[in-house]
Amino acid sequence: MTDAPLEPTLDAAERSSIIRDSLGVGVATGAYGVGFGAVSVAAGLSVAQTCVLSLLVFTGASQFALVGVVAAGGAPLSGAMTALLLGTRNTLYGLRMAPLLAWTGWRRVLGAHVLIDESTAMAVTRESVPAARLAFTWTGASIFVLWNLATAAGAVAGNALGDPRTYGLDAAVGAAFLALLWPRLHSRTNQVVGVAAAAVALGVVPLVPAGVPVLAAAAVALIAGVLTRGARP
Amino acid sequence: MTATWVAVLVTAAGCYLLKLGGLSVPPRVLEHPVAERIADLIPVALLSALVAVQVVARGHEIVLDARALGLIVAVLLLLVRAPFLVVVFGAALVAALARMV
Repeated sequence: MTDAPLEPTLDAAERSSIIRDSLGVGVATGAYGVGFGAVSVAAGLSVAQTCVLSLLVFTGASQFALVGVVAAGGAPLSGAMTALLLGTRNTLYGLRMAPLLAWTGWRRVLGAHVLIDESTAMAVTRESVPAARLAFTWTGASIFVLWNLATAAGAVAGNALGDPRTYGLDAAVGAAFLALLWPRLHSRTNQVVGVAAAAVALGVVPLVPAGVPVLAAAAVALIAGVLTRGARP
Repeated sequence: MTATWVAVLVTAAGCYLLKLGGLSVPPRVLEHPVAERIADLIPVALLSALVAVQVVARGHEIVLDARALGLIVAVLLLLVRAPFLVVVFGAALVAALARMV
């Protein structure tokens, strides 16, 4: 791949290979939406609120964070704060993707909505602008369609079930966060930050309103980021 | 409008602007190594805290119940590289079964 010439256009084989890979990721990721829909109505949000979250917020970890804080009895606005803090990583993805996508005007305005973990991961390694755009668009669009259909299905099913605790759906929320966290625990620094953040959050649970412990844990990231200055990741 | 709707719409507007901002601002703005590291660590810290609070907090108390059992199952499923939905609903299933006995 490294000795490939810089082609301004893609040949048919490369196009279909990128589209196939993107759809595969789209189907696998979009299906998570069932879990989000079920967990969100279990947290006490309505089916409409759940569907609007998937349509307009469209970044999984932030959506789970908002409903997780509400489920724990926190003020919805502390949930929103947590969701926005988690959403900052999409800004970093944007900085990395901007030169690769080279979009302006309405394309950028539309493209920004599907700027998430998976669309970035599928596009960031491409070696030309057309390849990056193709991977980003197909991954983002297929996840968007499936994530929203799956959310609606999960929310309606979850709503029909009745008391979510009977089905262990309150336990599903913690499992969902752990599954989102798992791939980020690759380095020792991240493991230490994770344990410290959990300890800080639980330490202040008896003292502050629900929702605030999670925000307090963000301080651990700030302190660790400053203290590891000069250390190689 | 209820507080939940306000939170939903604030999150929607904010998350979109965070995405659009990344695609629009010159890269130099956030190119500081400390800022980059903090941005990388924030999801780790927040998700860890969310796991902890979600699993053992009830109001202002720390409670060990079926949710903790569900989390142990989630860890085991992640160790064998089970897919996301298997992890989430596996934990729910075990917690539900534990409450039945």
